[in-house]
Amino acid sequence: MAEERINVEVVVEDEAETVVSADLLVEEVSIDGMCGVY
Amino acid sequence: MQTCSSRKSRSTVCAGFTRPLTTLGGASAPQFNAAASWRLDPNVALRDEEFGALAYHYGTRRLVFLKSRDLVEIVRGLDAAPDARTAIAAVVDEASVPAYEIALARLAGSEIIRAA
Amino acid sequence: MPPEAFALRDRFKLGLEAPICLTWEITYACNLACIHCLSSSGRRDPRELSTAEAMGVIDEMAALKVFYVNIGGGEPLIRPDFFDIVDYAVDSGVGVKFSTNGTRLDKARAETLAGSDYVDIQISLDGADAATNDAVRGVGSYDTALRAMDNLAAANFGEFKISVVMTRQNIPQIDEFEALAARYGAQLRLTRLRPSGRGVDSWDELHPTTQQQRDLYQWLLDRPGVLTGDSFFHLSALGDPLEGLNLCGAGRVVCLIDPIGDVYACPFVIHEDFLAGNIRDEGGFSKVWKESELFTSLREPTSAGACASCGSYDACQGGCMAAKFFTGLPLDGPDPECVLGHGEAALSAVAVALRPGPSQDHSVRTSVRLGARA
Repeated sequence: MAEERINVEVVVEDEAETVVSADLLVEEVSIDGMCGVY
Repeated sequence: MQTCSSRKSRSTVCAGFTRPLTTLGGASAPQFNAAASWRLDPNVALRDEEFGALAYHYGTRRLVFLKSRDLVEIVRGLDAAPDARTAIAAVVDEASVPAYEIALARLAGSEIIRAA
Repeated sequence: MPPEAFALRDRFKLGLEAPICLTWEITYACNLACIHCLSSSGRRDPRELSTAEAMGVIDEMAALKVFYVNIGGGEPLIRPDFFDIVDYAVDSGVGVKFSTNGTRLDKARAETLAGSDYVDIQISLDGADAATNDAVRGVGSYDTALRAMDNLAAANFGEFKISVVMTRQNIPQIDEFEALAARYGAQLRLTRLRPSGRGVDSWDELHPTTQQQRDLYQWLLDRPGVLTGDSFFHLSALGDPLEGLNLCGAGRVVCLIDPIGDVYACPFVIHEDFLAGNIRDEGGFSKVWKESELFTSLREPTSAGACASCGSYDACQGGCMAAKFFTGLPLDGPDPECVLGHGEAALSAVAVALRPGPSQDHSVRTSVRLGARA
């Protein structure tokens, strides 16, 4: 039976997409980062 | 309640600015053991928003936004779950698990969640 | 289902159920008479909120889950119940940063404050030496501020903030401010001068030059650890955005509660046109935040107006409402300090006499005329 070959390029792309998704899930803002405060 | 005063440890607090997406990457998220048990840091309060939630750490003054209701549900379910992966799988589908693991890693790096 | 991408900044423009943090001026009384005071402070207003009413404000903030409040004035330590208010806030789950000129921050008070993990302190200073500072804040004010810093250091308070309003006169001292902050282990905060309060009269002389803005922008870009209160977002049209949301938060994620309970869009627009309501009205602060006409309108999508054809609008968002309002410029046009020079052109078309004055003046010497400038 032929072994399945993993396309390395696809794996890297998935990782990059995963990372971008995670950026979309969590965002840190400084408590001093909003204008209109003393 | 264990306190972590930001004033005594100068490295924290206002280093946490909004960062453009391009500078955040998997490389900067710390190693996250999803097979371990995690919980919301006791110094952190969550405030629900329509898009997710606001997480505020009283000790470090760090402010982190959770940008999906699913993520909020996962975080709220961490304490009761045996491990992080289970908490994630209870809320989102298989394909989404890696993204949420990295999100939790980011939250751990921001001291919003900690190992239980 | 993967979550849909959105930028927090865009979501915040639509407002939130509660402020993220807010400024609360607890008194108009002040021992100083800084020439650019945004709240025209000096004399206590007889309608000032009582201690009980102040505690009520804290109760509302706790219920709304406002996790952090910025307390100021006037000089907040002049209120006899200052520490009661701060303690009650902290006990209710509302972290506090207070802004002071240092006048009452003696050794004993510094020590008391050092004992709290949830109170941040911001000392105001507008010059790296007495001459520069005192020209704006009054004779002896530099010494007062530094004495307060020494007291905090002696009490092992930890990291406090030094907050500077940037002017034509003190921008050349930015490296010295950095050194001063380093000397005390303090965090430096540089903020934008708005032509608000008493600032309306001195803005022409004090506001930075075009070149100084560019220099300041580059300096800040190189130092992401320096705080700005996101007050220089109009400079983001110069290139990479500075740290922060780069967004006007007024009425959307922040607001001001003033000493008599009036709620304004932000501390820099203490003027009836930006008054949303009063916490003494039925429904309290919560109702004002959620339902006031003013805040509702501020949360509606705005058009670029006269800035529509400018490629930088997305970066600068048309700049600061307060800066435009108090220099007599239309709100749907360029900021008076627009980095591309569009504001200068607009300003030349507005007679100085037509600039709005502050709606109220608690100055000890009423040097600012109410209403239109004569």
